[in-house]
Amino acid sequence: MAKDLKSIEEIHDTIKRRVFADDMVPHLIGLDNQIKELQELVLKCSDYGESNSALLVGPRGNGKSTAVSYVLKTLQEKRKLENLLQVKLNGLVQTDDKLALKEITCQLQLENSVGDKIFGSFAENLIFLLEALRTGNKDCRPILFILDEFDLFIFHKNQTLLYNLFDISQSAQNPVLVIGLTCRLDIVEHLEKRVKSRFSHRQIHFFNDFVFGDYIDIFRSIVAVPPKFSNKTTARIWNKNVEALCEDSNFRDILYENYCYNKSIRGLHALMTMPVSLLSRNYPFLVTGDFAEAKNDLIIDHKSVVLHGLSVLELCLLIAMKYLVETFDDGAFNFQMVFNEYQKFVRTRGHSLQSFDKTVVLKAFEHLLALELVKSVDGVAANTPKEYRPLSLLVEPYQITDVVRSYPECPTELTQWATSAVR
Amino acid sequence: MEVTDAVFNEILDKVLFREKQVSTLLNLFNKRKACSCASIFIYGHTATGKNYLLETIFEKLQLPNIFVNCVECFNGRLMFEDILNSVLKLQQNGEKDAEFIRCDNMNDFIKIMKKLLTVENFGDETLFITIDKCERLREMELNLLPAFSRLNELTGCNICVLFISDIVFEKFRQGTGVREPFQVTFPDYSRKELLEIMCLDAPEEHPAEFYDGYCQLLLSVFYNVCRDLRELRHLAQLNFPKYCEPITTGEADYANVKKLWRNIEPYLKKAMSTVFLHEVSSSQWEQMQEGTHGIKGLSSYSTVELPFYSKYLLIAAYLASHNPAKTDRQFFCKTTAKKMTKRAKVAAKTGAKTSSQLKGPHMFVLDRLMAIFYSIVDEKVPASAVILSQLSSLVTLRFLSQVSANDQLDSPKYKCLVSLELIKAIARQLEFDLGQYLYDFINQ
Repeated sequence: MAKDLKSIEEIHDTIKRRVFADDMVPHLIGLDNQIKELQELVLKCSDYGESNSALLVGPRGNGKSTAVSYVLKTLQEKRKLENLLQVKLNGLVQTDDKLALKEITCQLQLENSVGDKIFGSFAENLIFLLEALRTGNKDCRPILFILDEFDLFIFHKNQTLLYNLFDISQSAQNPVLVIGLTCRLDIVEHLEKRVKSRFSHRQIHFFNDFVFGDYIDIFRSIVAVPPKFSNKTTARIWNKNVEALCEDSNFRDILYENYCYNKSIRGLHALMTMPVSLLSRNYPFLVTGDFAEAKNDLIIDHKSVVLHGLSVLELCLLIAMKYLVETFDDGAFNFQMVFNEYQKFVRTRGHSLQSFDKTVVLKAFEHLLALELVKSVDGVAANTPKEYRPLSLLVEPYQITDVVRSYPECPTELTQWATSAVR
Repeated sequence: MEVTDAVFNEILDKVLFREKQVSTLLNLFNKRKACSCASIFIYGHTATGKNYLLETIFEKLQLPNIFVNCVECFNGRLMFEDILNSVLKLQQNGEKDAEFIRCDNMNDFIKIMKKLLTVENFGDETLFITIDKCERLREMELNLLPAFSRLNELTGCNICVLFISDIVFEKFRQGTGVREPFQVTFPDYSRKELLEIMCLDAPEEHPAEFYDGYCQLLLSVFYNVCRDLRELRHLAQLNFPKYCEPITTGEADYANVKKLWRNIEPYLKKAMSTVFLHEVSSSQWEQMQEGTHGIKGLSSYSTVELPFYSKYLLIAAYLASHNPAKTDRQFFCKTTAKKMTKRAKVAAKTGAKTSSQLKGPHMFVLDRLMAIFYSIVDEKVPASAVILSQLSSLVTLRFLSQVSANDQLDSPKYKCLVSLELIKAIARQLEFDLGQYLYDFINQ
């Protein structure tokens, strides 16, 4: 029994790693073509010394990085990549060309670097690196450049790094393969002309073109236990449980809703976060109820949560703003107009509400500004008094009415004011 | 330490009304060696216990954690150095003062982080980095927020980043998007919950129900305006001595609720317009309660002493800002003696449909200001440099603001920033009839 508990915890750990740390799943579903194409590119570069460049394009969380690491891992297991040097860059980390160059020198372990220190200025580094690459020929060790967040590299000055990388890949120098990962579809348009002409215009798309059946298969592949798991009986029980879950119609409904809402695999991970983190020794299996709860938490309207925590006075101001936006076509309003509207309401209709001073109302208003439910419109803010700055309302009118309905102990006059819209 | 029910209950005893959040976070934090969520976004209003809850959990479970505040670390470099040096301190348990790590870009940060976390004594425990007030991250370098939200992927170490903010995550999305963190909501406390938490700091020398009743009275005055627990507690502590006064003097006893309420009500109402707005400091408020008079709030210092012509200049600027230009003839031309032609009246009506008291001040050119100035000052004023320099000093005092570019010497444009109350006060000093000249008051 103790052995069972231990092995079930082992299973939990693998699944948690898959969901939280993007650990590799044994078989990637729906990415077969892309992986094949990528594999070919890498093999051509490593075996024949062919230089090339390619872009992987697709929305966030669709498995671009996963595909790359999957290809590299499988090829490495077959011992086919021993001569391939890898350089991994990320647009978020290497924010300019100087840093990127240092990182390249460091990862290639060239002579001008000792440990983590790199010597020489940017120009010297660039010349040195280019010289090192230029003297090479087809028989040298090929280099694989992986540029994550490729769209950020195009903002570097003159696109020097991209130009040089693509230039090397076009001319008969050291063999390089440049792979860029981006989620921008219009990325090629942003390349400079000289850079664009050197790019091979090979794009591999990651567009989640699978149906709901595949979606369930993907879910299954994430939670299923690998066949070569140590404890066979526990694995069988676990897999049977997963099968039962996948057949459950309630669970399928939940998954389908999530599928309609967010098709990417990251979206599936987001749904699984809570149920998976609940797993423990005393709570060993995934349950439909947890998924239902997780789904409800995912589709929550966060703004109405914030609205719900406002005080009555702040709510009054929001309703006054909603009234102003709906009444006047141009929709421009300022604090003074809101205050006027508020006073009119308190004087005529809101008998049970206390009438507050302008200063108190102003404090409530500034809280709304700080929560970014209201925003000052443009740059005139500096030379206009606070009360007269033009504002825009960042909450939908229906959200305000909804909140008024669910607000605890909301004064009746307020509800009437909020719901009696001008048509 | 394994998370058991006992620990869970212990945490719940310290943090009231946060069962769901505590259990969610504890589940996400997981066991020490196992990996955790990459990033968690925690939001809720001020004073809903976000920081306090995290602090309690970290302290109870003894998790390695780092806390940075975006207000202190207002750029990338400060942030990196703060985080790295705290990691170093965690590792060495404060044994000796280590060398200060310098780091000014993301690249170095990731490298040093990797090096620090792969040391043996740190092992593979999850490191928690809490970033408070993370809405400020948006105003720093653009890559910070996306990079922090996937720090475990970039470093390859077991790191969980917790973002704390008052505003919703929708406002954080920019560019091509970020890796979406897991969101945890901290809803507001209800009135009952607020009351219960406030009663926790009841003084010992009085019965518990007495303080409870006092808090209820306080909430009945302030709850519609303020739900911030911290401010309510502050107000409660400030006004409590006054509430106890009838009991210490022997005028009333604990049962006489009505008398106590009648005693405290005016003070609470007054506190709304003074302490609540931080017009008088709390120590001043205490003095006021003891009966020392002569303390004025910040806003009562609104009268200013200006030179004679500056006052007229300010009034002229106010009139120019708040009257439509088309009505200038009606007010300031001496020959027509406040009689407009029919055409001028129609033009004035159509020109200024909405009141400037609602729309705010308009801008005006210098020539118009000077024309109005000469017309309202009765005596003959020589056009000297002194007048113009007074005008520019009014701009530096922020009574006026220059709208046009600073280098434009030819007919600069201004706007009047002064409130009606202040202008009325100045006009009273000069015995100048302001109402006669303001378009809004004439055409009502």
